[in-house]
Amino acid sequence: MTKQMITMTVNGEKKEVLAEPRELLIYVLREKMGMTGPHVGCETSHCGACTVEIDGKSVKSCTMFAAQAQGAEITTIEGLGSPDSLHVLQESFKEHHGLQCGYCTPGMITRAHRLLQANPNPTEEEVRFGIAGNICRCTGYQNIVKSILSAAAELNAAKEAAQ
Amino acid sequence: MIPAAFEYHRPSDIAGALSVLAEHGDEARVLAGGHSLIPMMKLRMADVPHLIDLQDIADLKGITIDGDTVTLGAMTTQHELIADEALFAACPIIREAALQIADPQVRYMGTIGGNVANGDPGNDMPGLMQCLDARFTLVGADGTRSVAARDFYESAYMTERDDEEILTQITFSATGAGYAYEKQKRKIGDYATAACAALITKDGDKVATAAIAMTNLSDIPVLSEAAAAALVGTSCDADAVKAAVAAALEDIDPTEDNRGPVAFKMHVAGIIISRAITRAWSGA
Repeated sequence: MTKQMITMTVNGEKKEVLAEPRELLIYVLREKMGMTGPHVGCETSHCGACTVEIDGKSVKSCTMFAAQAQGAEITTIEGLGSPDSLHVLQESFKEHHGLQCGYCTPGMITRAHRLLQANPNPTEEEVRFGIAGNICRCTGYQNIVKSILSAAAELNAAKEAAQ
Repeated sequence: MIPAAFEYHRPSDIAGALSVLAEHGDEARVLAGGHSLIPMMKLRMADVPHLIDLQDIADLKGITIDGDTVTLGAMTTQHELIADEALFAACPIIREAALQIADPQVRYMGTIGGNVANGDPGNDMPGLMQCLDARFTLVGADGTRSVAARDFYESAYMTERDDEEILTQITFSATGAGYAYEKQKRKIGDYATAACAALITKDGDKVATAAIAMTNLSDIPVLSEAAAAALVGTSCDADAVKAAVAAALEDIDPTEDNRGPVAFKMHVAGIIISRAITRAWSGA
């Protein structure tokens, strides 16, 4: 099938990419745009390592064709922070040993970012329910939950200080 | 996993989608949230030469509550169903059931229309829609028709909908009945080993009306009229619940799979049905 030009905004930058309709968003992000933060884990819509944010929704990018994202605004882990300037969630994962092997981390943090937008002050139970679509093969959930709760507290404190 | 090549269509209205369906017949399929269809395409178990993405069709979106009538556009996502306070006030069992579907990412994409139209016996909404006595609107080249959820399912993945029709909306009445959607699953995100929707209304101390429907315990959702009949007129005491459970178990036909053998599923179903009835009654 013929390739189509797909336009989307990725991490604030307008991108144009040629892709066949059957190309999944995760591969277009990783292989055609160099966004290798989102990972290919299970590739069967279970593990959430490929999670990105699309128009304010957490989405498993292995279960979406790039063509569906025509016109969309996408945020990947690359858009949240940089090595020189880590996002509060990234700092918190580092601080609380929420990474372990690190493979699920980009999906975990991208998902946690949306979760905290929707619910800035979650309980531990709400965090666990909110990241139920992200699987950590190290089973390091305890520290992941701790990292997210700590980031929430820090973000809320910063918000209060700014007011 | 790379699906077979296909042509991607993204019409902006229902007429546009119908014309692609009319042109390509069973070579075309509509795409809602994609979280059932795309995995099947990746596995090459679904062959879809023409994929019609419905996301730009505004007429398929939204939740409307007009008096007692609730109308859900087919492209309304599970996330939107959960978040809508007016829908929760009109029919709280929807939120309770939707929260038990898959995980947050899937609920952001998965739609009520896809869930009911796909005909997957594991999907949670078909049984619930039977419990609510919902009606599905089907639009095709020959016009619009309405089919009761209770008449819609024929066998696994086979429904009353014709290949060239689109399920556009779901309609049911608001209900203040006591409710419960009980679901046993191996882990979060899984389909049900057994699930049961129950709606019960009260007249004095007695059950006035009851609707009991089950998920993933047959190749279609099962509404058990016998279970409801066993409850109506009783005070929903232990004997009545036992009789209703026995009647409901007569109506299901689970098969052995990786969620367990038939005897186990019957056992789990009995517990889940009993819990659903008991909890629905407590809120009636």
